[in-house]
Amino acid sequence: MYETHYHRAGSVDEAAKLMGEAESGKYVAGGQTLIPTMKQRLAAPDSLIDLRHIADMKGISVSGKDVRIGAGTTHAEVAGSSDLASVCPGICSLAGHIGDPHVRHMGTIGGSISNNDPAADYPAAMLALNATIHTNKREIAAEEFFVGMFETALEEDEIVTAVSFTAPDKCAYSKFPNPASRYAMAGVFVAKGGDGVRVGVTGAGMDGAFRWSEAEAALGSDFSAGALDGLSVDAGDMLEDLHGSAEYRANLVKVMAKRAVAAI
Amino acid sequence: MGMEGIGARVARKEDKRFITGKGRYTDDMSVPGMKHAAFVRSPHAHAVIKGIDSSEAEKMPGVIGVLAGAEMTTDGIGSLICGWMIHSKDGSPMNMGDWRPLADKKVRYVGDAVAIVVADTKAQARDAAEAVKVDYDVLPAVTSAVDALKPGAPQIHDNAPGNQIYDWEIGDLDAVDKAIASAAHVTTLDLVNNRLVPNAMEPRAALGVYDEAEDHYTCWTTSQNPHVARLVMSAFYNVAPENKLRVIAPDVGGGFGSKIYIYPEEITCLWASKKTGVPVKWVADRTESFLTDAHGRDHVTTIQMAFDADNKITALKADTIANLGAYMSLFSSVVPTYLHAILYSGQYVIPAIHCNMRTAYTNTVPVDAYRGAGRPETTYALERVVETAARELGVSPAELRRKNFIREWPYQTPVILQYDSGDYEASLDAAMKAIDYDGFPARKAEAEARGKKRGIGMSCYIEACGIAPSQAIGSLGAGVGLWESAEIRVNAVGTVEILTGSHSHGQGHETTFAQLVSDRFGVPIDSVSVVHGDTDKVQMGMGTYGSRSGPVGMSAVVKALDKVEKKAKMIAAHLLEADESDIVIENGQVKVAGTDKALGWHEVALNAYTAHNLPAEMEPGLKETAFFDPANFSFPAGCHICEVEIDPDTGKTEIVKFVASDDFGNIINPMIVEGQVHGGLAQGIGQALLEGTSYDAETGQLLTATYMDYTMPRADDLPSYTVSNTVTPSPLNPLGIKGCGEAGAIGSPPALMNAITDAIGNNNLSMPATPQKVWAAINAA
Ligand SMILES: Cc1cc2nc3c(=O)[nH]c(=O)nc-3n(C[C@H](O)[C@H](O)[C@H](O)COP(=O)(O)OP(=O)(O)OC[C@H]3O[C@@H](n4cnc5c(N)ncnc54)[C@H](O)[C@@H]3O)c2cc1C
Repeated sequence: MYETHYHRAGSVDEAAKLMGEAESGKYVAGGQTLIPTMKQRLAAPDSLIDLRHIADMKGISVSGKDVRIGAGTTHAEVAGSSDLASVCPGICSLAGHIGDPHVRHMGTIGGSISNNDPAADYPAAMLALNATIHTNKREIAAEEFFVGMFETALEEDEIVTAVSFTAPDKCAYSKFPNPASRYAMAGVFVAKGGDGVRVGVTGAGMDGAFRWSEAEAALGSDFSAGALDGLSVDAGDMLEDLHGSAEYRANLVKVMAKRAVAAI
Repeated sequence: MGMEGIGARVARKEDKRFITGKGRYTDDMSVPGMKHAAFVRSPHAHAVIKGIDSSEAEKMPGVIGVLAGAEMTTDGIGSLICGWMIHSKDGSPMNMGDWRPLADKKVRYVGDAVAIVVADTKAQARDAAEAVKVDYDVLPAVTSAVDALKPGAPQIHDNAPGNQIYDWEIGDLDAVDKAIASAAHVTTLDLVNNRLVPNAMEPRAALGVYDEAEDHYTCWTTSQNPHVARLVMSAFYNVAPENKLRVIAPDVGGGFGSKIYIYPEEITCLWASKKTGVPVKWVADRTESFLTDAHGRDHVTTIQMAFDADNKITALKADTIANLGAYMSLFSSVVPTYLHAILYSGQYVIPAIHCNMRTAYTNTVPVDAYRGAGRPETTYALERVVETAARELGVSPAELRRKNFIREWPYQTPVILQYDSGDYEASLDAAMKAIDYDGFPARKAEAEARGKKRGIGMSCYIEACGIAPSQAIGSLGAGVGLWESAEIRVNAVGTVEILTGSHSHGQGHETTFAQLVSDRFGVPIDSVSVVHGDTDKVQMGMGTYGSRSGPVGMSAVVKALDKVEKKAKMIAAHLLEADESDIVIENGQVKVAGTDKALGWHEVALNAYTAHNLPAEMEPGLKETAFFDPANFSFPAGCHICEVEIDPDTGKTEIVKFVASDDFGNIINPMIVEGQVHGGLAQGIGQALLEGTSYDAETGQLLTATYMDYTMPRADDLPSYTVSNTVTPSPLNPLGIKGCGEAGAIGSPPALMNAITDAIGNNNLSMPATPQKVWAAINAA
């Protein structure tokens, strides 16, 4: 790791101010992506601005079907929240399968979606839940927020403060983990609500997480795993690496989608 | 004898310090004035070094010195060597390319060390290492051994034309070809034995200390064999004469073979300590471990097995190309030859055997022994071809094996080895019973009803431990002898120290070696200490690898105990005024048999040291040394059977049951043996299901250089094992031990692959059988 300067922000405003003053600053939340990258000398911010001690960015609130999760909430907190489980168990189960216990107790939902790793789990849920991403400057619909691989609509100094969504009637997440990293090789979040079915897919797409609209339409008229039988995602749009060919990933997307539907 | 003697399931003495984080590893060592090193490493797989500019690095904060290869050459530090000479079949010696500890003319793999930077802190050393400018002229690279041997491949060492190291053979080719030509059936398979990264939990490390006043060097390092390290560093690398070089291998966190070898870093730290005048410590980070620890396996094989009309094996032929990486590591040459090819008889009577072995240089990290060293490669090829033959012949895999088993011992194979003892059918029967082999069809049908593909596969392995005897291996090209030494020191109060050349880095020697003493003298293991790993404390010894600590290391202890026992009895006979032949040692008492005349063990010890009343002419003291050079290898064998269930939609394999029935001869501590088997199985299952090492074919970059891409086995990847033992003692050592350290990793991969290919009905599947590969094989079937 290169030498860097650590700053602890007490509020969102202070964090933004510190970022303005830094030469090449980076926000750090759980550090589960940023710190390994710095250790490998692939990132060298001169300042780290720690968001973990900002009270406003923490916690889960559930009121009726309205859910708000502070950006600084850890995966373990999401996984363990009984309030959240009572309205949207799918997201709790998703969070409970991210990485390992160490990662889940450090990593945050804000860090995960800001990083937008094409194999990260949360983006699939954000798309399927039609979530709104709150920042210190604006509100962004999930679909506008995730721009591409490791790319979001965030500006350099913009801070995600929370995500919010209306809990669907039913939802489930099904993930096939990469054998080495245990990130998603294909993760499919299916949400069924008043305005239809939404299907978010992560781990597989060349441009990061995406909505599988054909599946949404098919499930909208027949909500059963069998409704997906005739469908397929285009292997040409899939990622390909050591662990999975594009064809294999296309297959996994369908299999995971069917399993998510079957689990609902 | 006793609660803590041979055969007792004693908890490991050393575990308290390991479990509580109190182990003392090389990185825990600190000496006054110590500074930290980082290596400048090649980012290219193959390049000419045109120049090195360290001027900027030298000016950076905390930097004490930047040293490169040219200076080391001037100082007369020698090149790294391979310690076993193999001759090609045309009689020519193997082509050993020059391996400089710090490359000065050319780099040959990504990670090749070019310079060392010494600085006040580790971070400063790393920052400065990055500022060293090396001017490279990048050359084309080759990473596969098959490609390296093709005409026109990049030439890696000038003295190895076409990158060939040797083209060696063993066995009777004519007889084999004739048997194949006249066979009723021939099964042929093309197989790849996947390359593995050893991944010891503790990364390699070295602390080199030069004492100018004494003109003496001390090296703390992560070694499985500190005496061999000292020998090689003084005799070949000219670091220092042996009497001026102390090598200490304190607690070592796993080796699996990768810490047998003497690497560039420890030599360089010692040399750099003298050059800079400060003690120099280097500890690898995980990326360096991936890039620079010697890898294992990497064979490409065509194997043929011929049968007569009665399904008796008539011949076996193996043709293999092995990848030895960019340089010949210390024992790299012997792994594919005398640790691999001569095992091709397996558990079977095979009248004619031939193995051809070509080895090649590639632009990858050196490849050397890794848990099993050569025998896993043999077992994989042999046990997959037997299983495949059974399928082709339409007979039960168990019965085909049974029909061809060796049933008389000693058994002379056509390829040098003579097996000591065994009962292969006993292991097979035990394993089949443990897994309820006969009930498999019903379980398969039940799984099918759930949409799962279920398969069963077995492997009947043999392996060879405690490579020996020294005279014979010398005639086969070994540069060292492979005996072991032990000294038993009985202290004046009766407590005992065992000084052994067998280094312990996870094997539990501190417990099992103490059990031998407890068994002999009836003293508690708590009063027995095992001293190892320090060339200043322990007499010359050969170290730990090849499952030799039991059959060879413990045998030396037994020989030394014999001498101590004899002297103790002489002293007791003198004091008790009895005949020496009437003295027995029982439960910590030295007694005249059949009487109540007795001395406590500690009283005999004290008498040996007070020397007030010893037999005439007897020297005081109670301390004896012995060296043991076995007459032959020992031959553990066994049967592993695995049952899997595969999800056809995703290709994911679940191991439903894994049984291992092993014959390790006599067992000193069953719990430790089970632990060794469990660990070995984890590594074998890792090889078969999870671990794949991948280099980019063009750039030679290691693509699987972190745990994000290299799949280390995790607890939830592994089943609960069912392990048991059958026992045929080895007649070749006093304890009847055969060795158990590697069998798990040797026997398991083919059992698993046989089970998976059985489940999916497609034999065209290579390790690691990842979900994607299994899914593709299902869909291609
Ligand atoms: C071993 C391991 C296994 C993992 N497995 C999985 C897995 O299975 N699935 C999965 O989805 N993820 C996995 N992860 C990633 C983990 O979920 C991380 O926690 C997550 O990707 C990043 O969150 P963080 O809070 O740690 O962010 P950090 O690492 O601190 O930051 C990541 C990036 O986001 C920026 N950032 C952080 N917070 C904010 C914010 N509030 N506003 C704006 N920018 C911000 C940072 O500047 C940085 O660029 C794994 C990580 C590890 C180390």
